[in-house]
Amino acid sequence: MRAVAETYLDAASTTPLHPLARAALVEALDEFGDPARLYGRARRARLLLDRSRERLAVAVGAAPDELIFTSGGTEAANLAVTGLARAARRRRHLVVPAVEHTSVLAPARALTAQGFEVTEVGVDHAGRVDPAELAAAVRDDTLLVCLQHANHEVGTVQPVREAADLAHEHGALLLVDACQTVARLPVDMAELGADLLVASGHKTYGPPGTGFLVATRRARLRPVLVGDERERRRRAGMENLPGIAAMAAAVPARVAEAPAERDRLAGLAARLLAGLAAIPEVIVHGDPDPPGRLPHLVAFSVLYIEGEALLLLLDAKGIAVHSGSSCTADTQEPSHVLAAMGAITHGSVRVSFLRDATEADVDRLLEVLPPAVADLREMAELDTQAIERAAEGP
Amino acid sequence: MTATVATVDCLGLACPIPVVRLAKAVASVEVGGMVELLADDPGAKVDIPVWCRLKDQQLVAQHDRPEGGWIFQVRRTH
Repeated sequence: MRAVAETYLDAASTTPLHPLARAALVEALDEFGDPARLYGRARRARLLLDRSRERLAVAVGAAPDELIFTSGGTEAANLAVTGLARAARRRRHLVVPAVEHTSVLAPARALTAQGFEVTEVGVDHAGRVDPAELAAAVRDDTLLVCLQHANHEVGTVQPVREAADLAHEHGALLLVDACQTVARLPVDMAELGADLLVASGHKTYGPPGTGFLVATRRARLRPVLVGDERERRRRAGMENLPGIAAMAAAVPARVAEAPAERDRLAGLAARLLAGLAAIPEVIVHGDPDPPGRLPHLVAFSVLYIEGEALLLLLDAKGIAVHSGSSCTADTQEPSHVLAAMGAITHGSVRVSFLRDATEADVDRLLEVLPPAVADLREMAELDTQAIERAAEGP
Repeated sequence: MTATVATVDCLGLACPIPVVRLAKAVASVEVGGMVELLADDPGAKVDIPVWCRLKDQQLVAQHDRPEGGWIFQVRRTH
């Protein structure tokens, strides 16, 4: 049996249940009933569903009827991209940054087989989309511009408002993947200028198997899952009511709590960065400027070692971190995000703090990381001295 | 000018080995000397040019190999 990680530093992958979410989940588990039926039990279920929808809509500045419950962020992103394309008439072009999550990239690329054209735009070394490049890509037949609120691997916050203005100038819509930012940074449909927004339950201290898509009235969708009339005919299938009730408890609670935690988490990130500076040949990814990045996330590459090997050594010491891109961890392909940034892809580590992370967590990592790195480099029989001499310059 | 040439064959080897061996080879040639690296790991395709940029070494050329993979020519600049 594997030991449970003592130091969990992978909040960007998934989060534990918020106590209020857990209470809501347990309570709703006993409230079985189909919200689409007409008897008392069903009406109580409908009430819980409606109340949950309202709370989540308020949390992101949406109208309740714009919010579609899904099984998670991946399904919401698929519904947004594919559903929009299915309803499209003349507009047959999409703009997708190369660093989007694969749940946005994959359905967009799949549309090329159906006569859609997809322009993938690049990013700078910090992982940020250049609005000028975006402007050059958007056309009068562009249906959709996609832009994540913040990148999932390196934490870089994207120029979403500029992207919205560019999209709207051409009559296109903006899809914002906010899975990493809902209940972490301020997320408001109007402020972002988003026409569609994707959110995930399990990344915001809610349960897995929950998420939602916000689709404003401008965004006409055809469903991807069909078979009934639920969710205003935009997503068929019985709603995951306990999960939804829990997500609807977690998100508003986190929206209220997060601002007070931001400086403390940024302090932990700064503490980690200071410690990393003492390890030779570590390259930090993303925007070095705190306002341009997620406060709780630090990504870096340790040169000359294999990321997975480092993960295993850290895991043996009870520390859970992530390497590269989780969606491609089973393949030999390097992280598409780091590759698009022109960043070193090997030896990549992503550290992301839970809301209650402490300095002791950071210190534990900084205690274990340097000897683990040294061991792996020794195994690679690397003469770091010679490399450093070569890198010192004239 | 006759530059020292070192050839490093990393075909079939996964990252970070190509980068490690490139770094060692560059350190082993004279300044101005050339290292030719063969690799077919997709990570190497990304990481070799990035390493050259980060370490201020010159990536002179990068060719596809007909048999698969790539040839990287790197000049030690300092």
